[in-house]
Amino acid sequence: MTIHNPLRPATVEEAKAQAMNEEEFQRVAEILGRIPNVTELAIFASMWSEHASYKNSILELKTLPRSGGRLLVDAGEENAGMVDIGDGLAVVFKIESHNHPSAVEPFQGAATGVGGILRDVFTMGARPLVALNSLHFGNLDDPHNRFLLDGVVRGIAHYGNCFGVPTAAGEVIFDPAYTGNPLVNAMAVGILKVDKLMRARAEGIGNPVFYIGSRTGRDGMHGATFASEELSEDNEAKRPAVQVGDPFAEKLLLEATLELADTGAVVAIQDMGAAGLTCSSSEMAAAGGVGMDINLDLVPLREDEMEPWEIMLSESQERMLLVAKKGQEHKILEVLEKWELEAARIGEVTDSGRLRIYQKGFEVADVPAWDLALGGGAPQYKREYKRPVELDELEAFDPLSLPEPDDPGQSLLTLLASPDIASKEWIYEQYDQSVRTNTALEPGFGDAAVIRVEGTNKGLAVKTDGNARYVSLNPRRGAMLAVAESARNVACTGARPVAVTNCLNFGHPYKPEIYYFFHEAVAGMGEACRALDTPVTGGNVSFYNETHGQAVLPTPVIGMLGVMDDVSKNVGSFFTQSGDDVYLLGEILDYGLGGSSYLKVFHNKTAGKIPLVNFDNERRLIDLLVGLVEGGLINSAHDVSDGGLAVTLAECCISNKRTKSGVVIDYPIERSLKEHLFSESPGRVVVSVNRKDIDLFVKRAENHGVPYKKIGITGGDRYIWKGMFNLPIEKLADAYYNAISRLMNRE
Amino acid sequence: MTLPERNTNLTKRVTRLGVVIFPGSNCDKDALDAIGRICGQDIKPIWHRDTNLDDMDAVILPGGFSYGDYLRAGAIARFAPVVEKLIAFADRGGLVIGICNGFQVLTETKLLPGALMRNEGLRFICREVFLRVERTDTPFTRNLQSGQVIKFPIAHNEGNFYLPSDELKKLEKNQQVLFRYCDAEGNVTPKANPNGSLNNIAGIVNIKGNVLGMMPHPERRCDPLLGEPDGVGIFESVIDSIR
Repeated sequence: MTIHNPLRPATVEEAKAQAMNEEEFQRVAEILGRIPNVTELAIFASMWSEHASYKNSILELKTLPRSGGRLLVDAGEENAGMVDIGDGLAVVFKIESHNHPSAVEPFQGAATGVGGILRDVFTMGARPLVALNSLHFGNLDDPHNRFLLDGVVRGIAHYGNCFGVPTAAGEVIFDPAYTGNPLVNAMAVGILKVDKLMRARAEGIGNPVFYIGSRTGRDGMHGATFASEELSEDNEAKRPAVQVGDPFAEKLLLEATLELADTGAVVAIQDMGAAGLTCSSSEMAAAGGVGMDINLDLVPLREDEMEPWEIMLSESQERMLLVAKKGQEHKILEVLEKWELEAARIGEVTDSGRLRIYQKGFEVADVPAWDLALGGGAPQYKREYKRPVELDELEAFDPLSLPEPDDPGQSLLTLLASPDIASKEWIYEQYDQSVRTNTALEPGFGDAAVIRVEGTNKGLAVKTDGNARYVSLNPRRGAMLAVAESARNVACTGARPVAVTNCLNFGHPYKPEIYYFFHEAVAGMGEACRALDTPVTGGNVSFYNETHGQAVLPTPVIGMLGVMDDVSKNVGSFFTQSGDDVYLLGEILDYGLGGSSYLKVFHNKTAGKIPLVNFDNERRLIDLLVGLVEGGLINSAHDVSDGGLAVTLAECCISNKRTKSGVVIDYPIERSLKEHLFSESPGRVVVSVNRKDIDLFVKRAENHGVPYKKIGITGGDRYIWKGMFNLPIEKLADAYYNAISRLMNRE
Repeated sequence: MTLPERNTNLTKRVTRLGVVIFPGSNCDKDALDAIGRICGQDIKPIWHRDTNLDDMDAVILPGGFSYGDYLRAGAIARFAPVVEKLIAFADRGGLVIGICNGFQVLTETKLLPGALMRNEGLRFICREVFLRVERTDTPFTRNLQSGQVIKFPIAHNEGNFYLPSDELKKLEKNQQVLFRYCDAEGNVTPKANPNGSLNNIAGIVNIKGNVLGMMPHPERRCDPLLGEPDGVGIFESVIDSIR
């Protein structure tokens, strides 16, 4: 698209080409009192895109618990959520999707997803401590899916490793529903001194506005609107909408930004992410109730003859917009000079309330900032939803009608080698997990990554959990299960779950049967987060995850933050020594196999009734686990989830590759064999306890009202379940550790 | 909340240690923390534009992606103002340790022989590896045992050590290899070699024995929180050597 006159009035057709409908176009005209010119249209279209405005989700999101507890800023108020962890420190964290760019150009798409979320964290003055990701792909027997996984992993590794943040936790899930539309959700967690927080609220009439970082080019044009449409055959042509990342530039920007926070000369700062200069300038102005004048002639460009709309919408990476205190500009410039970063004074804060853009002596746009911004005048829609009729039929399916497995040991090995359950070592070995020397529990060793908070004894436990199969059967219960599992995961390491960020990946919001899943999942998430006192600090919604009209599985991803006082006490998921007693904490309330890995792997079925979470039990279990770890009373803890108890125990044997341990389980069948071994009924955790600590352990469990049952003893080099199977742990390890590399390396 | 305490078993000594920070270094803080907080030494950052190394006894080039590793890992850092001084510092007998990207910089400066090519599997690898200590008569390994097996993480994309065969023979003959990738029992096997390095080489010294380059990260194994603190043995050796 080339426009030679930036002042020419725009047409409805041009609006539609930018994913803006006719009513929205009329509304812009009403706001301006005239037809917008082409530059103004581009600004509105990007700010009112789904991606920037959350127009079809914000009303639902407002039902989530978004404040209180340890939250220092309410959800949506700043670039990322902020949680008090005491001693004047706060954790800043957020998860965000980069699905469409990764579908088109997996390496750069994933890399810039990581870059964007890191920037969201350090723009507030927080140093990123750890990065995580939740990835969903189609099956690996399709070479294109292998290409996508390979590219995404390389992209995440390239960016995170060079930037210097450990990538230490996450999940990777495979299902045919993600073929053509993979999900790439990146999360970052940072730490800052509360009094060093930098906000994204422009203030002070006459304060100068600085542009910082890389130059602006034509990369990433229309990224926000690209993310707000379903993918189609002409994806290849959308490659220019994918940005190119430079992690080295980002590393310099990080160090400079943290030094800027120390100067006291910063009034406000925001990174230029989706919708670039448009979004950062209008949101900062709207948040402060002020206006901003910007002269595009002063913006550092790397290409000639860029049109105003191109400069305003470019999503070139590694850029920030900063409002400085008038008279203290030299402090800003000194820091940027040290880090050899480009800076340009491109405008100033005004009292007009308007975003006024100038180029070559012309005013090319004059629009009210408030009307552009999320939380301001951007549209908000209530969407229709309708429960799909086929859900009843799916729920009516009874997995118990299926035959029992012939060879339970073989079933276990098959499950361990199934891609969702198998070790993701092939993936996480490509990520630097230990840079910055704070990673106390590395990937694979525990139910969550544990990271020391620099300069203290505190630790953070972080984990992402989604369970789209469950959500696809019952979105409300499924979302509750995801929240409960993520809370249990961090509690297994010894951390108390405190807050949540979420990334909600769904199909087309205008389809009522898609929106049903969104509405229900948000409701379930809200209920769960209220019950566990883990408010939602913010996150991201990604709609339009469809190819050829076929949506991905409804995939809400939870990023859970847990905090522990003494990081050195953290425990992993693996048995640490022989002769420990193995206990199962919690009990099955809702036996069954609906939506389970067992059904998917052996019967290629996603059906049945999924379990209901009992939050009273979950809270008691979490309290107990945190106390047990603090008291040094357990040597390991592992949540019973994908693949059920049989898989969980196998993982306890082998998840420390160096010190594998066998186990003898004596736990006779209570109901059907397949339920006993493979039910994923929630609220259960396997722990190993030193014999000398048994009395104290039992007392604690009783005090908390958590059912406990001794089911085995660690030791030896075999996984023996009396009356079921007897397998050498080396065989389990081979199935578990080599499955993904075998799938990736086949031709 | 109390900060983790310094190791009081070590008596305070007057040593002069520094860690160079290039734009793009990202293990500088890790080395400062390992030697400062864990080993209890005074150690200071050296900005890449600084050119005064006169008051230094030992200088560390840390891991990371100096100047983005554009062109070739370490290739641009080689021209940093501080590196010119570092060459003179090494010529005077000052101790230099290059870790990971630091090793790459040292081969680019020719302070150490060889080159670090892309890993054999053409992927970044981060994992804990076993290393066999080949010599203990150097300032970097004097507190270790010959043949001892230690464990450090590697985290690199270009760690595949290469040298033409005649030069490799010389390197071996001069006993310049300090660390080799091995298995848990200390056997140097192809399977224990993570990146395709010739002769399983993980770390070497120059002929004079005052410049060390190694791909694995000893600074990531000093704090017991992170694993067995084998890295302390290397930094303690350095500290004892310059005392």
